[in-house]
Amino acid sequence: MKIGLFIPCYINQYYPRVGMATYRLLRNLGFKVEYPMGQTCCGQPLGNSGYERYATQGIDHFNGTFRDYDIIVAPSGSCVHFVKEHPGFDSGSGWEIMELSEFLIEMTALEKLKISFRKKVGVLQSCHGLRGLKLGKSSELMQRGASTIVRILKQVKDVRLVQLKRPDECCGFGGTFSVREAELSVKMGEDRLYDFINSGAEVITGTDVSCLMHLEGLILKRKLHLEVKHFSEILMPV
Amino acid sequence: MTDHYESAKKFLKEPSKVDWHDETLWWVRKKRDRAAGEVDEWEELREAASNIKERALAELDSNLMEFEQKAIANGITVHWAASAEKHNEIISDLLRERNISRVVKSKSMLTEECGLNPYLENHGIEVVDTDLGERILQWKEHAPSHIVMPAIHLKKKEIGKIFAEKLKIPESDDPQLLTETARQHLRGYFLHSKAALTGVNFAVADTGAFVVCTNEGNADMGVHLADVHIASMGIEKLLPKTEDLAVFLRLLARSATGQPITAFTSHFKKPARGKEIHLILVDNGRSAILGKRGFWKVLKCIRCGACMNTCPVFRKAGGHSYHSTIPGPIGAILAPHYDSEKYGSLPFASSLCGSCTAVCPVKIDIDRQLYAWRQELTRGNGSQLLVSLIGKALQRNKLYDRLGVFLSMIQRRFPWIVNRVLKAYTQSRSLPDVPAESFKEWYKRNRDE
Ligand code: SF4
Repeated sequence: MKIGLFIPCYINQYYPRVGMATYRLLRNLGFKVEYPMGQTCCGQPLGNSGYERYATQGIDHFNGTFRDYDIIVAPSGSCVHFVKEHPGFDSGSGWEIMELSEFLIEMTALEKLKISFRKKVGVLQSCHGLRGLKLGKSSELMQRGASTIVRILKQVKDVRLVQLKRPDECCGFGGTFSVREAELSVKMGEDRLYDFINSGAEVITGTDVSCLMHLEGLILKRKLHLEVKHFSEILMPV
Repeated sequence: MTDHYESAKKFLKEPSKVDWHDETLWWVRKKRDRAAGEVDEWEELREAASNIKERALAELDSNLMEFEQKAIANGITVHWAASAEKHNEIISDLLRERNISRVVKSKSMLTEECGLNPYLENHGIEVVDTDLGERILQWKEHAPSHIVMPAIHLKKKEIGKIFAEKLKIPESDDPQLLTETARQHLRGYFLHSKAALTGVNFAVADTGAFVVCTNEGNADMGVHLADVHIASMGIEKLLPKTEDLAVFLRLLARSATGQPITAFTSHFKKPARGKEIHLILVDNGRSAILGKRGFWKVLKCIRCGACMNTCPVFRKAGGHSYHSTIPGPIGAILAPHYDSEKYGSLPFASSLCGSCTAVCPVKIDIDRQLYAWRQELTRGNGSQLLVSLIGKALQRNKLYDRLGVFLSMIQRRFPWIVNRVLKAYTQSRSLPDVPAESFKEWYKRNRDE
């Protein structure tokens, strides 16, 4: 099984450490994984801003880059969601794309990992992963079932998961929404942030670095003491 | 065009009110969760409702013909209105022919959509809204901010003030007292009105009957005391069979307010002796929407308001921020069909979180339609040079990488430039520091480490 690692543009630029943690984690678990150097961006920012029609060249390029892989793994629910939802991807090459936590659960890969993380952790359920990729049951649905990331964190020793008042309300990032409706986006983010703070979380984690970046930005601006980590960084501390 | 962003910003200026609005609607959402959770087959019900609606819409033409035939046979007078104007004209003519100059009206979003109140007032007919929330708004000269709780943007104190001013009672914010006062005040209108206007929640093709749901009983009170009942109905409200109601009545009130069923669920089939029922079937753009691929499912909506209660944008920006008759997520995909310029900012007023889609009792793919609208609405934008360049760069990885290095350098050396360009973002949020190397650069050195 040949795994291609897809590292979204903002992770590549701003959070290489998340790419490193993901790469090392997969290698450590014994997977044969490569990062195709020619990759660019999936085009989601264009699509969500209403310019999907300009993303077609990028999509073709993506298809070409990952042509020889069986599975594409990416540490981002929202990029994976875009690739899965968009008919232009995967024109016949046969790969499957999975968000990292989904992949780890699917492969029951975590038994080998002996890690401990002695912190109170709050999970930010990113919407595109939760509701789009159905990585768990969102609170609107009358079905139960823990999300992939919660299931993974439960396998980490000493982690204490905190209970949020609103377990899966949107953090308000939303890509260009965060700029276009800046005040609203900030208010949504603050409300999420204080839910984490009031629940006693020391660390906020999640599947999507974009949402985490938004909350981290608020934390930095307010000089609060709250750590923000992609879950791969908990599983594979550097 | 009123940009949603501007009005949201205005609403957000009063943080305590925003939090109150947000919490109140979140409380309704939680009530809905509890009520839905008590029904074991909730998700199956949603699926059934979605299927019934989709089939009903696919066969809308024949269903409507059947409905009309049955309704006429029952003694209901059926009118067809292609447009809002025609709808208003029909009502105004019916009233004038009968020399009626004052009517009581229960809640109907369709009459809001058609602008019926101002139309009738212009034609010398007084309309008295009898839904408590709507009565308050009529006094305040406000538009509804929510389709189920139209005055949810007003706090008890503000309502007490209006009552004191309009009904000359001492100012109070005691809901019981205010409701009792309203009851006494409205009673006179009910007793003396010759005609009653209502909306329609569902109509049934195989019986020619229709159903009106309220919690206040004001529709029933109006209808039973008046000689003429005029009901306005959007053509998409039609269900094929009576048993379909068993699905929809279980979903509607639970989704709307978390009640098992509305306090009053009234079935109207034929006029009482000596009385008249007029039913107006209104198109007003609906059949055009029905023909639009990717968008027609918006017509499945049963106007429960659940998507508004769950929507963080709605809760924190208020219903008026949408400037459309139907606000919230459903309004954002509906309104642009009527005027894509005026309502062009609405599909962008969303983080695409998809909570609306997951809560919707008829499973409308709201977030997908928001996305689809964005693709439509950007077509008219002027120069698209920048986006087309970005699009091209995605294909040329060398150029793309160099661009990345260049932008990192800018942010590292001239952070003020980035802060200025991205001011909207960076004003309240810090951007992360740019690390010494990108992942790609790291990987080049460390692969197969
Ligand atoms: S779109 Fe769905 S949730 Fe929103 S009002 Fe209509 S039926 Fe209710």
